[in-house]
Amino acid sequence: MIHLQNVSKRFGDFQAIKSVSIDIDQGEVFGIIGASGAGKSTLLRLINLLEMPDQGKVHVGGQDLTKLTSKKLRQARQSIAMIFQHYNLLGNKTVYDNVAVPLELAKISKQERQNRVLESLQFVGLAHLKDQYPAQLSGGQKQRVAIARALAIQPQVLLCDEPTSSLDPNTTAEILNVLKSINERLGVTIVVVSHEMEVIKSICRRVSVMSDGEVFDTVTIEPTGIRTIDHSAKGFVERLTKDGDSNHA
Amino acid sequence: MPDVLMQYQAEIWQAIGETFIMVGFSILAAILVGLPVGTFLFLCRKDQLLENQLVFSSLNLLVNIIRSFPFLLLVIFLIPFTRFIIGTAFGTAAATVPLTIIAIAHYSRLVEQSLLDIPKGVLEAAVSMGASIKNIIFKFLFVEARSGLVLGLTTSTISFISYSTIMGVVGGGGIGDFAIRYGYQQFRTDLMMYMIVIMVILVQFIQFTGITIATKIDKR
Repeated sequence: MIHLQNVSKRFGDFQAIKSVSIDIDQGEVFGIIGASGAGKSTLLRLINLLEMPDQGKVHVGGQDLTKLTSKKLRQARQSIAMIFQHYNLLGNKTVYDNVAVPLELAKISKQERQNRVLESLQFVGLAHLKDQYPAQLSGGQKQRVAIARALAIQPQVLLCDEPTSSLDPNTTAEILNVLKSINERLGVTIVVVSHEMEVIKSICRRVSVMSDGEVFDTVTIEPTGIRTIDHSAKGFVERLTKDGDSNHA
Repeated sequence: MPDVLMQYQAEIWQAIGETFIMVGFSILAAILVGLPVGTFLFLCRKDQLLENQLVFSSLNLLVNIIRSFPFLLLVIFLIPFTRFIIGTAFGTAAATVPLTIIAIAHYSRLVEQSLLDIPKGVLEAAVSMGASIKNIIFKFLFVEARSGLVLGLTTSTISFISYSTIMGVVGGGGIGDFAIRYGYQQFRTDLMMYMIVIMVILVQFIQFTGITIATKIDKR
C-alpha cells in the first residue's frame, strides 16, 4: 500500500532522513517510534508529500506521488488522511463544518456531504456536539473531531502524527480504540508515529524504530491491546499506596 | 443646533459627503486590492506555500516605501500620476488616487500580520487534505483570520479618515479641509471644534462597530 524507496530529506545542514525504505501493507496498523529528532514525523510527512523528498520514491496505492502533477497530487492526498498532535481544526468553524471541509474540497454534493459528516461524527461518538466550536471541546473530543474529518472522505490510508501526545492516559485509550475500530471495521491502513511506547505497543503489529534519520530496525509484535487506567480518586489512592505496574499515569 | 452650524449647513454636508467619498474609495481599494496583496505577501514569505524570496522582498519593500512617505509628500509626489489617471490633479476624484494607494499599502500590511497569527498546523492540515491554493485562501486563511481582518480594516479606516483631512491641499475637500478653511483660517474656532467633534463621533462609531463585529465572528 505504502512503499518508500530510499527516500532522503535534508533541512539546511541537517540530514533528517537518510535513505530510508519502508513497506506498509494494506490494512495494517504500522508504528513508527523513536526519540525526538529521530526523523519519525518527517518520515510520516514524506508519505503524503507534506515534505518533498530530496531523493527516492514514494508510492501510495500504486502511484508514485513524486511524479504527479500538483492537481493529481491534490487528488491523491484526498485518499490519504492525516491527524496531528495539535488537532489542527478550524477554530472558526463548528464541529460539523470542520468535518465537512474535506468533502467540500472533493466537491461532494451537499446532500451526500451531510450524510457523510453525520456518519463520521457518529463513528467517533460526537454527533451530539456537531454545532459546538472546537474551543468548547476537550482535547480528546477535538482529536475525535479531527478523526471524523479524516474519515469523512473515506480514505485508504490514515497517517497519525503523535495523535495522543497531548492527551491524558484515559483519553489516549479512547482515541486508540477509535483508531483500532477504523482499522478493523473500515479496513483503513493506519500509520502511527509516537514517542510513547505504550501507544505503539497497544495497537501496532509492525513497528519501525527510527534513530538519527534511519530505520534502526523493524519488528513484528503482538499488539498488547489498549489498557485503560482508573482515573477515579479511589483509583489514584490505590495506585499511590500499592506497588503496581500501572504507575505511569 | 448652534447658529454657526445652521449657517454653514450646506457646506458641512458637502464636506461630510466628500469625506465619505474619499474614505469609501480607500476602503474599497483596501478590500479589493489590499486584501489580495497582503495575502500574496503572506504566501510568498519564507516557508509559506508560494515562497518566493524575490517577489516577497520587492513587494515588501514597495509597501514599506509607500508607508514611509509622510502622506502630504506622497500626495504631492503623486500629482503627475494622478493627472495621468484622472486627467486633473485637483478635486475630490483626484484626491482618491493617493488615498487608494496608501490604503492598499496600509491594509495589505495588516492583512499579512493577521494571517501570520494562524497556527501553521492549520495550513499543514489544509495541504494534507489536498486543498488548492484558492481553497486554502478562502476556506482556511480567511476563515481563521476573519476577526483580525475586520479589526485591521477598522484600524485602516480610521487612518484613512485621518489621511483624508489633508486632502484640502489638492482641493479634495472633506471635513478636515472645511475645519481648516472655515474654522481655523477664518478664526471660527467654535466651527473648528464642531468639526473635530464630528470626527470623534465618526471614529468612535467605526471603532465600536469594528470591535463588535470582530468579537462576534471570533469563535476560537
